Parts: sequence; structure tokens; C-alpha cells
Amino acid sequence: MRKYIPFAFKNSLRNKRRTILTIASIGVSLFLLGILIAVYHAFYFRPGPPEQALRMVMRNRVSLTFSIPEYYEAKIRQIAGVREVVSRSWFGGLYIDNRPEHFFPRFGTDPERIFKVYPEMTIDPDQLKAFQSERTAAVIGKTLAQNQNFKLGQKITIKGDIYPIDLEVTIRAIFEGTADSSDNVMYFHRKYVEEGLPEARKGMVGTFAILADSAESVPRIAREADEMFRNSDRQTKTESERAFQLGFVSMLGNVKLFLLSICGAVVFTILLVSANTMAMSVRERIKEIGLLKTLGFTTGKVLAMIIAESVIIAMIGGLLGCLLAFGVCEVMGSAFQVMFGSLKMPPVVLLISLGVAFAIGLLSSVVPAYNASRIPITEALRHVG
Amino acid sequence: MAIPLSYNIRNLRVRKTTTVMTALGIALTVAVLLGIMAMVSGLRSALQATGNPLQIIVVRKNSPSELSSQVAREALSSIRYKEGIQKLPDGEPMVSGEIVTVMNLPRKNSPEGANVTIRGVPPTGVKMRPEIKMVSGRWFEPGQREVAVGKSVAARFVSASIGDSFRFGRGDWKIVGIFDAAKTAFDSEIWGDLNQIATDFNRNEVLSSVLVRAADPIALEALKNSMADDQRLYLEGKAESDYYAAQTSSARPVEFLGVFVAVIMAIGSSFAAMNTMYAAVARRAREIGTLRVLGFSRGSILLSFVIESLLLSLLGGLLGILLVLPLNGMESGIGNNVTFSETGFDFHITGQIVAVGIGFATLMGILGGLLPARSASKADILTALREL
Repeated sequence: MRKYIPFAFKNSLRNKRRTILTIASIGVSLFLLGILIAVYHAFYFRPGPPEQALRMVMRNRVSLTFSIPEYYEAKIRQIAGVREVVSRSWFGGLYIDNRPEHFFPRFGTDPERIFKVYPEMTIDPDQLKAFQSERTAAVIGKTLAQNQNFKLGQKITIKGDIYPIDLEVTIRAIFEGTADSSDNVMYFHRKYVEEGLPEARKGMVGTFAILADSAESVPRIAREADEMFRNSDRQTKTESERAFQLGFVSMLGNVKLFLLSICGAVVFTILLVSANTMAMSVRERIKEIGLLKTLGFTTGKVLAMIIAESVIIAMIGGLLGCLLAFGVCEVMGSAFQVMFGSLKMPPVVLLISLGVAFAIGLLSSVVPAYNASRIPITEALRHVG
Repeated sequence: MAIPLSYNIRNLRVRKTTTVMTALGIALTVAVLLGIMAMVSGLRSALQATGNPLQIIVVRKNSPSELSSQVAREALSSIRYKEGIQKLPDGEPMVSGEIVTVMNLPRKNSPEGANVTIRGVPPTGVKMRPEIKMVSGRWFEPGQREVAVGKSVAARFVSASIGDSFRFGRGDWKIVGIFDAAKTAFDSEIWGDLNQIATDFNRNEVLSSVLVRAADPIALEALKNSMADDQRLYLEGKAESDYYAAQTSSARPVEFLGVFVAVIMAIGSSFAAMNTMYAAVARRAREIGTLRVLGFSRGSILLSFVIESLLLSLLGGLLGILLVLPLNGMESGIGNNVTFSETGFDFHITGQIVAVGIGFATLMGILGGLLPARSASKADILTALREL
């Protein structure tokens, strides 16, 4: 087989323009496919930071817009296997104006515990102390600091809506998240937010983040926690952090079907392009195939040579497309946040894309190659292309 | 002198397989673009149809949505006595204080569920939206744990038919009716009695929003201004139709992805069309020479090949339109970033979308055909005639 590869390669070079156009067409389409598979992978398969496997999120069973009592925290703590619990309450509100570039997520939380439940967020110990010891202090992620050009010591006012108060905080610390968890976020003291609330609204939080001692105990803790509050009028839903995040994806609509149908259309288009090229180039070569057969090449060998040529073309296109997708993700990936992380081309996505390219090369040449290899020699030699 | 169009059509017919394969590639590209456009246009039409032009939604100042807004119930009485508000036949001013909240329900095709807006409305609120008709069952009774669901909710969510109930607040709520909101955003909502919902959620003092019908457009502006000027109330009024129309922004990521995918696929398909056209030119080298001998100019040969490429891509465009036509009217839903819940819509294929499809295909045809046509027109007569 190996000695026919140079032959197949040479063959692909004889109509250079056609080969280049085909490679370009396959390359561009595989670039697109690679990006789409990367998005799909980021949504459904990308592992979060290792700590994520230990974390759960508890929310009000009705929906995220309802709060749960703060005193649940002490009860959750009693469940075996719970290492730490921290509340996070979405503040909402308005920073400067409602233009999207001024939007960032902000939460009231417990400053003593937040970094214990999220150990992958690294922070300077002195800054952490500064954040913890000042009632009106805020801590922000590195990305947020860059995006909004926030500096340590800066005072910021957020006009409340869900919480009917205007919050004035001072940035005292900047933390850094891992590559896979976005740190475009701000935290401040929950107690400080509560000071301005009417009595009836005190003592409530948005969600609890629960850290377990092992990944195995996560489902059991989640079950026991929900069981604990089943008979209260604020029932809860506790799920793994991953499932909680996927809930947001599901809220966007049927993302899976949307991405898969576009991927399907792209793959089918490449298949058509590639099959068309192979059919054209085989048709021009029928006489030659007759000649090869006269020289003693078997039908199988002729078949293999044509398929090899098609696979080579598709793989070159696929490689170029994947390289382009990889490059684009490296350079611009951080501008496209998918599931709390930058868009990336992990090795498995590259492998799948190349696999698709290989399959396309194979499939697209089977029919033309089979037809060509079966033409009787006499007829093939008489053929006028 | 132009080469007759039938020459191109016959040529496309002779190379059936190649023609169909290239056209199908273009068809799929067009279909992806049009499919996404149909989705966005469906959502837009649902949201733009929502809201009476004479009505304003009053929310807390700076609140981007009803969901994050809070309006004290006392404010309701001062709003009721403002001037320029239309009255119901019984003399009641058209002012409806409402509570909006969100509930997570399992959806038919995904167990993770999605959020649905729940709206607590007083009887006036129902009367202010006469376009909403009951299709089966009845409206909820005041003081009962009863709800009516929109058509889209009934179609897309599990156990959302009449007789079903769900746990919410302090007890089980029974679905007693399904309403048709004439394809507006209300079709994606669940409605219940304002006071019962307020009691169940300890929200007797705080409403989400107040809907007000002005007597005429001038009164509408006056009401908006008086709302904004009243520092004590700290409220703002937005035209109801603007409020919903602005939610179309929820489709922006989908729109962006759709255009990105379509443009890249179009580049790929143009290359493929170019390939096909180059092959056509190569096969017909002698023919081109003959045409030149017969007196056809280089220009008319160029034009003829561009036209052939255009015919090929238009065939693709038409096939693409046929491929997306079955989507028309299909029900779907998308996460709405203002209401934090799902808005149902139907795919809408409009004349404008069909025109975009044809235009897009034409563009691919020109891009793919120009270079091969140029090389055909440049051929030297003698060499061309000698070609095999």
C-alpha cells in the first residue's frame, strides 16, 4: 500500500488548481466544524476545575429568582461529608448605565468562607484580610479588573433593583481564577447589603455553594439536603455545580439540537464538495485507469489508489482547517466565553475534526472509485474524456 | 451578441451529477442562514406583537425588567388617580398592578427544565388585554390556587394541561384553562390571581410592575413624564410595546453565530462552485474556441459563463429555500435575557427572508463563477480549437 501513496499524491497534484480549491473548501468548512465542535465540547464535555467535582449549588426549588433562608446554612453543615458552605446572592442592579459593556455579575457573600469553597481562586493573603476586615470592601476577579479598568482602592456605586438600595463599595482585593473558570465577577459582604433592607427581607440568600469532602458523597449530600427542607415552605433543589451550570445552557433553548443540526449541514456540504471533486477527477482519468489495468493492476489496487488520493486531499484540508481553528481560538478565544471559560480547541476536538476529514475523504471517493475500477479495460481505453 | 441562455441550461443538464452536487452544497449553506433568520424573525414577530401602543409598564427606576422591579402597593393608589388614564365601562381606571416571577418547570424535550414566567394579575389586568382568548377551560377564580397557562407553555412543558397541578408557594396550583394570546409573548406565561400569588409568596406589600392604559397618545407621554418626575415614587414608565420589542436582543448571540456560520460556509461553497465551473470551462475548451470562431466576443463568453454559474447557484438557492420551508410555523423557544425565562415563538419565513436567500446564492454564484469565466474568455482561439 505504502508505495502507492506517492502515486496518489502525484495524481492529486496534476490539476493543481482543482486540488487547491478543494483543499481550501474543505479547510474552510473544517475550520467551521472545528469551532462548532469546540463550542459543543465546552458546553457539554469540558471538565471544570478539579474542585468543581466536589461542589454543589442549592437554590429554591421553584426557581433561582426565589430566595432561601440564611439559617439553612447551619443545618446543611450538619450533614455528614459537608466540608464548607457559603451563600451567594445575586445583587443585580445597575453600574453606570444599562449598556452591556457595563454589565458584570456581582454577589453578596460571606467574606470568611467564599475563598474556602472556591480554593481555585487564588488571592494575596494581605488583600484577602483587607477584604474581610472592611464592611464595605469588595473583591473582584482579574478579568473584571481588566475589562472595567478597576483599580485597588477604587470606589464604585451600584444602583440596586432587586435590592432597593444603592450600594457603595471599595475594591480591596483582586483574585485570579483558573483558566477554566471565568473571574469576571465581584463579591461584597452580604451583611453590608442586608443593612439597607427592610426587616421583612433580612435573613434571605440566593444560593448556597456546598463543598463536599469527596466527589462520591456529592449525590448523597444533595439528596439529604433537599430531604431536610422538604416540609418547609421554602423547598430546595441541590445539584452538582456542573448540573447547575448546564441548567443555564438549557435555559438558552435547545442548544444541543441547534449546534448539531448546523454541524450536520456543514459535514454534508463538505461531503458533497469532496465527492464532486473526486467524481470530476476520476472521470477525466478513465483512459488511464484502463492503462493501469492493462499493466496488471487489479481492480482493488486501482480502487485503493483513488481512495488514497481523496483521503490525502481531505486530510490536508482538514489539517489546515484545524490549524486555523486552533490559531483563532488561541488568539481570540478569550473574547468568546462559553460556560465560564474561553473557547479552546482541546486535543479531543482536534482529533474528532481530523477523524471527520478522514471519513469524508473515504466516503466521498468510494462511489466514483468503485465505478471507475469496474469499467472493462477495452471500454476504458476507448473512453474520450 | 449574447450566447442564448438555453446553451447554459443544456450544459448544466448534461453534467447532472456535478450540477446537483454543487447546487446542494449551496442549498445547505443558504438553508443554514435562512433557518436562523426564520428563528430570529419568529421571535421578533412574537415580541413586536406584544403590547398595546397606548399602554405603559411602570417599573422601579433603573429596573431593566419587571422581574427585578419592585413597586410598593401604596404607589398603585397614587398612580390610579393620575390624569389621562382610560376607564373601563364600569368606571374603573385601566391600571393593573402585577406580580411577575419565574418558575422552573420540566420541558417536554429536556429534563433539565426551563424557566417560565408566572404573572399574578387582578381582574382589570385580564380586561386590559382583550386579545387574549380562552381556548379551553376557564379563567382562574380570585382567591383560589388556580392558574391559566399560555398556549406555548401548554405545548412545550410537561404536565401543563388542564387538570394538572404543580407545587408552588404554599400549596398545589391547579391548571384550569389554556389561553391563546395571539402569538404574543403572553403565550409563554402562566397567569394566576394577583392576591393569591401575593399571599403565597409573602409579597402583599410589593408588586413587580403596574400596567396603565392611557386615553390617547398625548396622555401617554404625559403619564410617562409624570411618572419620571415623581421623585417620591421612584418609578419609570416604558411604552409596553418598546419594552417587549427590546427583548429581541435575546436572539443576538444566535444571530451572530448564524451569520458567522453562513459566511464561512459560503466561502467554502464558492470554492466548490469555482471548481465546478473550472471543470466546465476545461471540458468545453473546444466549444469555446468554436463560439469564438462563430463571432461571439470575449465579453459574451465571459457573461455566458457567469450566467451559467449564477443559474447553478440560483438552483442551489431555490433548493435551500425548499429545505427550510418545512420549518415555517414550527414551534420553538429561546431563553429571554430580560424575563429570565423562555419565550416561545414560531419559525417565520417571510418574503424578505426568501429574498435574502436568493441574494446570498447569487453572491456565491458570482464569486464562484467570475474567475473561471474570465479564464474561458481569455482562451486563445487556435489553442482552444486544438484541445481534445
